[in-house]
Amino acid sequence: MKERLRNLIAQLGVPRVIIIGFVLALFVIAYSTKLPIGPLFSASLVRVGMNGVLVLAMVPTISAGVGLNFGLPVGVLCGLVGALISMQMDFKGFMGFIMAILFSLPLAVLAGWGYAALLNKVKGQEMMVGTYLGFSSVAGMCIFWLLAPFDNPELVWAIGGQGLRYTLTLDNHFGKVLNRLFQVSFGGLEIPLGLLGFFGLMCLLVHLFFSTKMGLAVKAAGANPRFAQASGIDPDRTRTVGVVLSTVLGAIGIVVYAQSYGFIQLYMAPLMMAFPAVAAILIGGANLQRATIGHVILGTFLFQTLLTTALPVTSRVIQGDISEVARLIISNGMILYALTRGDGRETA
Amino acid sequence: MQPGNCLYVGGIRDTVAHVLEMRGINKSFFGTTVLKDVDLAVDAGEIHALVGENGAGKSTLMNILFGMPVIHNTGGYEGQILVDGEQVEIPSPGVAMQLGIGMVHQEFMLMPGFTVTENIKLNREISRPNLLSRIISDKLELLDVSQMGKDSRQALDKLGVDIDHWLPVAGLPVGYMQFVEIAREIDKSQVKALVFDEPTAVLTESEAELFLGAVQRLSEAGLAILFISHRLAEVVAVAHRITVLRDGEVVGRLSQNGVKVERIAEMMVGRQIKRPALPPRTSEPSDDDIILETKNLEVQMPGERLKGLNLAVRRGEILGLGGLAGHGKVAVANGIMGLYPASGSVRIEGRELPLNDPAAALQSRLAFVSEDRRGTGLLLDESIEDNIAFTSMQSQNRFLKGSVPWQGLRVRDGEAIRKQALKTIEELDIRCTGPEQPVRRLSGGNQQKVCLARALTLSPRILFASEPTRGIDVGAKSLVLDLLVKFNRELGMTVVLTSSELAELRMICDRIAIIYQGRLVGILTPDDSDVEFGLMMAGGRVSEVGVG
Repeated sequence: MKERLRNLIAQLGVPRVIIIGFVLALFVIAYSTKLPIGPLFSASLVRVGMNGVLVLAMVPTISAGVGLNFGLPVGVLCGLVGALISMQMDFKGFMGFIMAILFSLPLAVLAGWGYAALLNKVKGQEMMVGTYLGFSSVAGMCIFWLLAPFDNPELVWAIGGQGLRYTLTLDNHFGKVLNRLFQVSFGGLEIPLGLLGFFGLMCLLVHLFFSTKMGLAVKAAGANPRFAQASGIDPDRTRTVGVVLSTVLGAIGIVVYAQSYGFIQLYMAPLMMAFPAVAAILIGGANLQRATIGHVILGTFLFQTLLTTALPVTSRVIQGDISEVARLIISNGMILYALTRGDGRETA
Repeated sequence: MQPGNCLYVGGIRDTVAHVLEMRGINKSFFGTTVLKDVDLAVDAGEIHALVGENGAGKSTLMNILFGMPVIHNTGGYEGQILVDGEQVEIPSPGVAMQLGIGMVHQEFMLMPGFTVTENIKLNREISRPNLLSRIISDKLELLDVSQMGKDSRQALDKLGVDIDHWLPVAGLPVGYMQFVEIAREIDKSQVKALVFDEPTAVLTESEAELFLGAVQRLSEAGLAILFISHRLAEVVAVAHRITVLRDGEVVGRLSQNGVKVERIAEMMVGRQIKRPALPPRTSEPSDDDIILETKNLEVQMPGERLKGLNLAVRRGEILGLGGLAGHGKVAVANGIMGLYPASGSVRIEGRELPLNDPAAALQSRLAFVSEDRRGTGLLLDESIEDNIAFTSMQSQNRFLKGSVPWQGLRVRDGEAIRKQALKTIEELDIRCTGPEQPVRRLSGGNQQKVCLARALTLSPRILFASEPTRGIDVGAKSLVLDLLVKFNRELGMTVVLTSSELAELRMICDRIAIIYQGRLVGILTPDDSDVEFGLMMAGGRVSEVGVG
């Protein structure tokens, strides 16, 4: 028994054991302070589906040897533009959601390709360059939001008629369409099957991709570029594929996020979008060289559950809100931990 | 003072104190003996040459002399070191320096932006006290630049080199950098003995001549000089005595009188090679049927540059590529496979092979077993089966299933991969727990077999095997060589085997091409004499050998 426990801890890694312990402790406190567990858990599930695809976007870049995709806002911006086009053209409901994704795809492929070309020029500093590319493109797009030729009155400022609003409601478009899809109630639990199903489908597609010839080439070139080269693979090309795929997932991810949230936020809102996703996959057990779908699911679940339960529980126990502080400590601490861990690459 | 030749014969030790003496040195790394009872003595005013093949134990001996950490970290050594007849302990390079033993390195350790003088006096600057330094700290003393210049000039004059000692090192020709390095050593006033590790390897011929003149001048001034070199001609020209190492043992001590280069070469190589009877072929390979031909092939591989190779490989033969480390033999396969920038021309069965394109090389059904097994050869964290199938999948679209318009999206066919893996694991006798075992956990020999299995799976026309036996144990070595012979005889694969071990080349190859300084010097048969091999590897040509 002791042996088995030790094995389990070794397999999960100490940080995960601590976080799982912390999440369990929160639920125990919630139960003992008579907080309703059901709604708490349901909210966690919604947040898993809401954030999952954004976390999944980390897998292709890590596998391709580019590291964590701190430039996720590049994909997010493409997704936002896609969503805006869909709204401008007044697609409603589920159709609006599908069209938002379809409009954003070509943009994401193009932007991802450019992003990859940049990263191929700065090998070894991809994450630093990615972070600042993300920041600067968010800032640059602020100008676009002001000048873009959208004229649907729902989107633009009421006064003046030009420039997109800060926050746009999706109520008349595709707000909550996935959340409501196949939502089932089960013993006090609300389970958003459609939302989770969509996340599952994306995971499955990424998993399938990594068992294709191309996917295996991406993975091999990420693990050992010299080896890949000797097998006739151009590592620059596989890195490009990884980055494009990640950017596309970032675009899809934000559309899913937005429909679940019910609003689209523009201007500086996407600035920090990468950090919770990075933190989640690291909590799930990924490192800079290796990430699996399993890491994505476990990480998203732990991270989001932590966030949703921490607020009500802590406000019960102590006066005041420390959930935001806890979120920042955990997410940034986790990133710091992962980046400083002695996981240097064996082959440069 | 001229060192006497009669004092130093065989293992007899004389009673005169040598400047530097090593007695009965034994050293083993992890159970492998690399030095066996080595004696070496150098007198004042003597140039003593130490020669031997790669891996003969020269560097290990020098590492012991300089107390390098690598020696202590691997269990130390047995034997004694004496300086001026007194036994000493040398636990670190700093101590060796204090005892007056200097070393001139193969790679230059100079500051490019500093002047010649600054480099010579680096960390040994001459300084004068001043008011501030007396009050605060002697770190604030001013440099006595003119005295430093004078000292440097003196050291350079001793070498007989006419360079301005105020020039920055950066722009100097390579040969002069070597002189600066030496000047730094001889400027240390207490230096008694100097060790040169392959000092002429990076020099041009005229620079080497100048350099050897300087070395002679130093020895005339009374320094004891230990000279390590592969260039046998220069060894014979300048050395007073020569010690030959082979496989960690002293196999010969020669004096300058009447030494022939051939004699040294024979001693260096000399092992009795038992060439096993190899299976016969139906038809012998010949020059009428050339499968691969290189014309003026140049490869920019760091440390192994190839500078224009013309070589023809016969269909169905096992061709050996031999030569000393750093002369470019390893670059041949790496260049043809497109792993390092190459130029020139490579023709396969008369068709031009696009260079710098690994995919094209694989498509032409060439396969490569890299000398860099853990770096280029394997995906260490992946399974044996995936390692075996990967290259075939990527370059030949095998082991894929599903019909989609684009090959890139076809899915890995686990069943076919498993089948191939099980088959090759059995054929090559890979010792493992199963095809899913990660290759990182295999022994070196079995990892090498996985590399061979991947090459075999490509069913190549030509197989390049680079140092396939490096770092694997003796039993596995012969297995790997047997496999190469088997591929050659049973599957008709043409094999190009690159190896630093002449013995294994002579065991299985039909012909052995020797590469020296990036060029082909000649092609030998395995039955040619040790002298010829030794000479060729040192750049000499034997007149009756044709150059292919």
